[in-house]
Parts: sequence; C-alpha cells; structure tokens
Amino acid sequence: MSNSFLIILGIITPLFAALFSYVCRYNNNLRDSFGIIGGLITFVISLKVFHGIQNNEVYQITFFTLFDGVDFAFKVSALGSIFSLVASSLWILASIYTIGYMRGAGEKNQTRFVIFYSIAIHAALAIAWSGNLLVLFIFYEILTFSTFPLVGHKQNAESQSAGRLYLSILVGTSLIFFLPAIFWIWLKTGTLDFQDGGILMNKFPAEYLSFLIAMLVFGIGKAAIMPIHRWLPAAMVAPTPVSALLHAVAVVKAGVFSFLVVVVYIVGPDFLLQTKSSDWLVWLACFTIMASSIIAITKDDLKARLAYSTISQLSYIILGAALASSLALKGASFHIITHALGKITLFFCAGAIYVTAHIKKVSDLKGIGYKLPLIFFAYTLGALSIIGVPPFIGSWSKFYLIMGSIEREFIFVAIILGISSLLNIYYLLQPLVIGFTQNSKKEIKLIKAPLTVWPPLITGLGCLVFFFLCKLFFE
Amino acid sequence: MFDIFLDDAPALVVVLPLLISAIIAFMPSKIWPWIISIITLLLHLFFSLHLLKEISVSGLIIYEFGNWEPPWGISFKIDGVNIGLQLLFSIFVLVSTFYSRKIFLNEIDYRDFGKAYSLWLLAVGSLNGIILTNDIFNLFVFLEISALASISLIALGAGQNRKALLAAFNYLIIGAIGATFYVIGVGFAYAMTGTLNMNDLVIQLAQYFDGQLAIFAGMSFMLIGLMVKAAIFPVHIWLPPAYSYAPSAVSTLLAALATKTILYFFVRLLYEVFIIYPSYLSLFLDFVLYPLSLLAIFIGTVIAIYQDDIKKLLAFSSIAQIGYITLAFSLKDHSGVASGFVHIFNHALIKGGLFMAVGYFAILYKDRVTLNSLKGFGYKYPITSFALLICGLSLIGLPLTNGFISKLYLFQALYTNQMYFSIALVAVSSALAVVYFWKIVEQMWFSEIKFKSEKEDAYIYLPIWIVTISIIVFGIYSTPIIEFSNLSADYLISGYQN
Repeated sequence: MSNSFLIILGIITPLFAALFSYVCRYNNNLRDSFGIIGGLITFVISLKVFHGIQNNEVYQITFFTLFDGVDFAFKVSALGSIFSLVASSLWILASIYTIGYMRGAGEKNQTRFVIFYSIAIHAALAIAWSGNLLVLFIFYEILTFSTFPLVGHKQNAESQSAGRLYLSILVGTSLIFFLPAIFWIWLKTGTLDFQDGGILMNKFPAEYLSFLIAMLVFGIGKAAIMPIHRWLPAAMVAPTPVSALLHAVAVVKAGVFSFLVVVVYIVGPDFLLQTKSSDWLVWLACFTIMASSIIAITKDDLKARLAYSTISQLSYIILGAALASSLALKGASFHIITHALGKITLFFCAGAIYVTAHIKKVSDLKGIGYKLPLIFFAYTLGALSIIGVPPFIGSWSKFYLIMGSIEREFIFVAIILGISSLLNIYYLLQPLVIGFTQNSKKEIKLIKAPLTVWPPLITGLGCLVFFFLCKLFFE
Repeated sequence: MFDIFLDDAPALVVVLPLLISAIIAFMPSKIWPWIISIITLLLHLFFSLHLLKEISVSGLIIYEFGNWEPPWGISFKIDGVNIGLQLLFSIFVLVSTFYSRKIFLNEIDYRDFGKAYSLWLLAVGSLNGIILTNDIFNLFVFLEISALASISLIALGAGQNRKALLAAFNYLIIGAIGATFYVIGVGFAYAMTGTLNMNDLVIQLAQYFDGQLAIFAGMSFMLIGLMVKAAIFPVHIWLPPAYSYAPSAVSTLLAALATKTILYFFVRLLYEVFIIYPSYLSLFLDFVLYPLSLLAIFIGTVIAIYQDDIKKLLAFSSIAQIGYITLAFSLKDHSGVASGFVHIFNHALIKGGLFMAVGYFAILYKDRVTLNSLKGFGYKYPITSFALLICGLSLIGLPLTNGFISKLYLFQALYTNQMYFSIALVAVSSALAVVYFWKIVEQMWFSEIKFKSEKEDAYIYLPIWIVTISIIVFGIYSTPIIEFSNLSADYLISGYQN
C-alpha cells in the first residue's frame, strides 16, 4: 500500500464507521461493533505510519489548492504520528467502554451518539495528520461541531446551556483569534505549511510575535488555558465516554497539539527562544496550573474535579511549548501521551462508578472501594501516573518538563510543578481514601456492567507498562 | 436562428423580460406564465453568455439605443466591471424562477399567477438595466421600475400575512424618498453639465466644473439616494420587513440580487465618475461609508441575534453583510474593491440559498417560520435542512465554503490598508453570526420534538442544491469568482490611479 493511500484510509475509516453505524442503526450490537472495528483499523494504520515516520518515510498527499500557497493537504509529522497513535488506540478501548456505559446507563439516542463519536475521531485524526495550518483549522472546527451533539446529548436544560457555552467559547475564540492569526501568518509568509524549524523566522516582525502567540493560545480554545477554560467543566454534562475520550484525549489534546505544532513547525522554537516572546505565557500557564488545581480541590463532583485537573495538566503542555527549549518540548509532547493514558483511566473509573452505583460525588463514595475493587485499583494506577510517581509513565513527562524549566533557568517554574504535584496527590487520592476508609451505612444497589471495568484496567496497567517501554516514543 | 438578434444582445437582456412581462400579465393560467418566464430567462442566459464571449474578445461594448450617439442618446455599457455580475444575475434569476413555482403555488392565489410573473419579469428586466446602463437618468427609470415591481411583489405576500401590505407601503415611501434624492442629484448634475451619459459626465466635470458647490451637492444627493436603495446602514429600515413579509420566492430574488445590483452601480458611480474629485471621494469614503459600514456590520449582527422570525433574522444578517461589502468598497484600492465584488457574488449565493430553504420550510409549516416552529425539522426534512446548514456555515465563513473566500480577501484588503480595528470587528461579528445561526441549528436538530422523516418535494431539491453545491464548489475552486472580481477592480481602479 502506498503511503498516501494509507493516510486517506486512516482518515476516512472513522467516517465509514459512522456511516455503517447509521446503516445498521436497528441492530444495536452490529451498530456498536463498528466503533471497535474502526478503532482497530485506524490503530494498525497509525502504528504503521508511526513506524514509517521513525524510519524517515514521508507520508504526504495533496488534494487541491485552496488559495495561493495553501493546499488542502495532509502530511504526517513526528508529533502528529504520536497523537494519532494515542487517539486511535484509545478509541478501541473507549468503544468497548461506550457499549457498557450507554447500555448500563440506559441513554437515549445511542445511534446519534455513536455516529458523532466516530466523526469526532475522524476530525482528531485529520488534525493530527494535517499538512498545513488551514487544514488543521478546518478539522479543528469540525471537531467542535461534531462534539456539540455529544455534549448536549441529554437534551435537557442543563446540557443545552452547557452545549451553548461549549460551542460559543470554542467557535468564538477560534473565529476571533485563531483564524485572524492564521491570516496574519499567511499574509506575512505566503504559506501555511508545517516545516521543521518554523516558517516565521526573518519574515515575521519579532516585536509582534508575543501578540501573535497570544492570539494563537487564546484562539485555540481547546487548549483550555485560563481564562478560556470554562467550556471544559461545562462539557462534563456529557455521558462519560465523551468526557473520557474526547475531553480528556481527543478534543483537549487536539488543542494543545495544535499549539505545539504551531510552536514547533510554524513559529519555530529557535525564533521563539531568540525573541523570548512566549515567556509571559510561562507565567500564565503556571497560574492556570495552580489556580485550577486549587479549584479542583473544592469540587465535590468527581467529573468536575477531573475536568479541572485536566485544565491544569493541559497547561503543563502549554508551559512546555512556551519554554520552547528542546527538553521542555520533548516533555510537552510526551505529556500528551502520558496524560491521555492517565486521565482516560480516571474518567473510565468515574463513569464506571456512576453506572454501577449511581454515584457522582466524591463525598458519597464512602465504602464503595470494597465493593468495586477492580475499578478502584485502576483508579489508583491512573492517579499515580498523573501525579508523576515512578514507575508510572507520567513521571517521565514531568521529569522532562522540570528539566526543561531548569534549562531555561526558570527555577520558580520547577517549584510550581512540584507544588502542583502535591496538590495532585491531595485531590486525586482523596476519593480513594474516602472509598476505602469510611464505611457507608446505606445499602447501595450495584448494577453489573463488566464492559466498563476492563478498559480502565487496561489503560491503568498501560500507565505502568509504558514506563518501561517509553524508549519507543523518543526518537 | 438567433444570429440576427445577437448584435442587440445588450438591449435584449433588458427589453425581452420587460416585453414578455406585458404579454403574460393577464394570462389566466396556472402554468403558462411560468413556462413563458422560464423560456424568456433561458434566452436571457443565452444572451448573457453571448455577451461574455464578446467581452472576452473586445473588452468593451457600448450599445447605443436607436443609434443615437452618446451624449445625446441612451447607451448601455458592458465591460469587465459588470460582465461577471451580469452572468451571476442571469443564472441566479433562472434558478430562482424555477424555485418560485412551488412557492407561488402555495402562497398566492393561482388567478394572480399572470400578474405575479409579469411583475417578476418586470423586476428582472429593470434590475438588469441597472447593471448595464451608462446613463444616470436612465438608471433612475430602472430604479423606479424595479422598486414598483418589487413593491407589488412584496404586497402579494398579503395573502399570507396582512403585514406585507404595511411592509410594501413602507418600502414605497422610503424608496420614493431615496429615488427623489437621487433624481434631485441627477438634476443638479444635468443643470451644471448638460449631460447624463456617465462617460461624458466625467469629461465635462473634469474640464469645466472643478470645485463647484452645486456639483458637490448633486453628488451628495445621488449618493444618499442610492444608499437608501441599497439599504446601507442607517437608511436600511425598509429592508427587513420587506424581505420577511414578501412571498419567499420574492425574498430570494430581492435578497440575492436587488441590493447587489444597486451596490454595483453605487461603486461604479464612486470610482468611475466621482473619482474626478479625489478629495470629495475620500471624504465620503473615509468619513461616511467606512464608519457606517462598521456600524452596519456590528448592529445588523446584534439585532439578528435577537430575532425570532427566521426571515427577519436573515434580513438583518443581510444588513450586516451589505456592511461587509461597503466596508470593502470604502478602501480605495484594488484589493478592497475586488474583495467587495467577491462578497457580492458569494453573498448572493449564500443568502439566496438560505432564503430558498427557509421559504420552503414556510410552505411545509404553513405559517411564518419562527425559531420555535423549526423544532425537529432537521429530522423531518433532512435534505433541505442539510442545505440550510451548509449555507449557514458559509455565512459564518468557515473554510471550504465560499463565505471563507470572501472573508479571506476582505481580511487581506483590510490588512494591506492597516485597518486592524476593522479586522477585529469583522472577526467578532463573524463569531456573533455563529450565535444567531446556531440558534436555528439547535432548534432543528437538538430540541425535544423529533419527527419521522417525511417526504420532501424533489422538485425543490434542484434549485436549493444547485445553490448549495455552488457554495461548496466556489469555496474550493474560487478562481472564477476571484478572476471576475479582479477584472471588475482592474477596470474601476485603473481610473482611480490615472
């Protein structure tokens, strides 16, 4: 199979999964199986692309020219191959989990859910493999629009207003800041292609670079840096599979991925280091890390707590990009993988607890740990990985980020990262402590939903295993 | 067989619809007026294509009526500026006439069909006259014919809602004021120069009448009159009720083409004639048109957000979109004028498509379409709803639609003129467009009520999807629109720089 064909196949497979799900909408088992099949196919393709990229193969395809210097084209970068690998592999597990969750919780409109779920994955993959900034933008918008039906899935007043907030923040920021920033880059350079080392050097006035960086970081609302973070907690009204795969992996990671790509392939780390235009962003990211960690402590709703934890973790990646040193960028890219694995585990667990015991709040978890040992075991693995305890995969990215900040002589940032880990320990392990120490007087009915238990166990163990296999990802 | 007529093509595109209109006026038939209109407009398209062919060879056609040479006789001028618009006009009129049959069958009494199509052709002929004429008084005549024809067409909506009469009356009064202003301006110009021909006017103005106050007064009167007719911001108030209470087919025609043709003449007058006085021109553009455009963009969008009636919402969105066009025209350079023309083309398609889809919904719902009444339409009428979605995304200006191309060139033009505030405003306004458009989408797909999908009328797919597909095609392959717009700008701006 030729390389360009592989790209097309990888990108349209999720669309076909969506199509087949619609065609087989009257047969529930068949309909839901397409998510798993599609996940397997895209995973194999992503794996092949990933290996190809490591062997310096070129994956590239151009469809047509949109306007001067900008094609509708896909080209896989090293960063993109990692992102697609993460998204597609977790899609398999999330599909399995979705079946267990949606049926266990008795949600309506499951066909619509499955279809838009697949379309969202399609958009995420296309973002990962996009060949220039405009194509990235197109699929960025498709991702927003395709996740809107998932956020507003329950169609009650709460989810409707959450959906509106979600859409207005994400689309609004992208149209007000991101698109004009893209136009600006195009007008200055005449191209939007991703190139190693960036395209702005010598073409973009250095004194305006901070402003451009601001437009980009606030325009890419999916990266959820404060004050553009409100959509993420609001989106938690969605069914948990959405929170797990999309709002811990695909959507938010698409956001930080976009920003990383801009820093690495458009602005260029060297240009950024020279001009120090992103140093202010380091402080904003630190503020976001601390503030959202503190807010997370105050949240009693487990999913809201995880959402704020996600905001804080995303800012690690923004921080790495803003530092722009090679170690920090390495840490930031690696954090995409580690946080995805850890956070999806936690969300899977939160959803599993909801389906089996109908508990949403941390304070209601008393004594549940004894009844759901496997789920709590998976939760522990995920939480430890996010906190950054060796031998879990999360420790690597945190290690590189701290090294990066020291390399740039931001000692204070390293301290912030340390404090944030302490806060992580508090708010992530508290549910565990409550679950195992305090005995509940109430009798709680448990519903069996085995399909929601295995995916978090697999991802949790993955956090452990990949600690030793992380060499795979460092080129 | 048409060879003997081909030399007269410039006149025939205007005269033919006017002539046929008189013939079908009293035809008591349900189908014949429509068939004859379609045949007429096919001929119209044929002649337009012939004009395109001629222009691509010679670059300029001056057609003198009755062989009376200008400056004495009336003449039509076809050149690079208006040939693109002529073609768009011809094609879109044909499509919307095809569409109109279904609407008229449902919205007006069949005994009025003859009259309706007679007025329709009258409007088509006179609007086309506005595109081609080279004579400022002749323009006034066409303005009046088109206004009266559209007013009567709007009043036909009274069968559905009596407010259409009030809307038509409003348009009549305000339109008459606009036309009066314009004709007073023409009077001043004629009194001073003794000519009505635009090319001659330029020569006379340049030679003899530099800096006379009467000329400035006349120019101002003409411009204000045209601003009323083109619904530029503070004098736009006739437009929203007129578009929203007219029969849907009429809304489609007017929203897509009526204001566009007048905007075209407006810019032609500015850059071809009034260019004689650059200081006056830049005064008008910088201190009148530019701020008014910004206000139109912002206020039109914000008012649209608070509308409940969908056709009114679209009408207010039109006010904002006209603001984009005049903003581009106020930039005084090639990129600005070109991007204004790009948006004239693109917005005609977008708004035409939106009005077509909403008009069809009005028939299906058998009442005015409000936000509430759209509940579940996405499931009930999936194919039309999907077309509406695409047109709406284009209105917002997302990539892969032609709305994005408009925005791209507008941004580029604003950027080269270093108008960063305007860029910010346009960006914010396009984000606000998401708000009002998404309110529609939310009702259509994400509200409680759900229907089984019903059979839609395949007849209506054709016009709606022709427009929708062209929106996507021109979003991906934008070269034709860009080339026509650049051609228009080349012709107009070359005058500016000399």
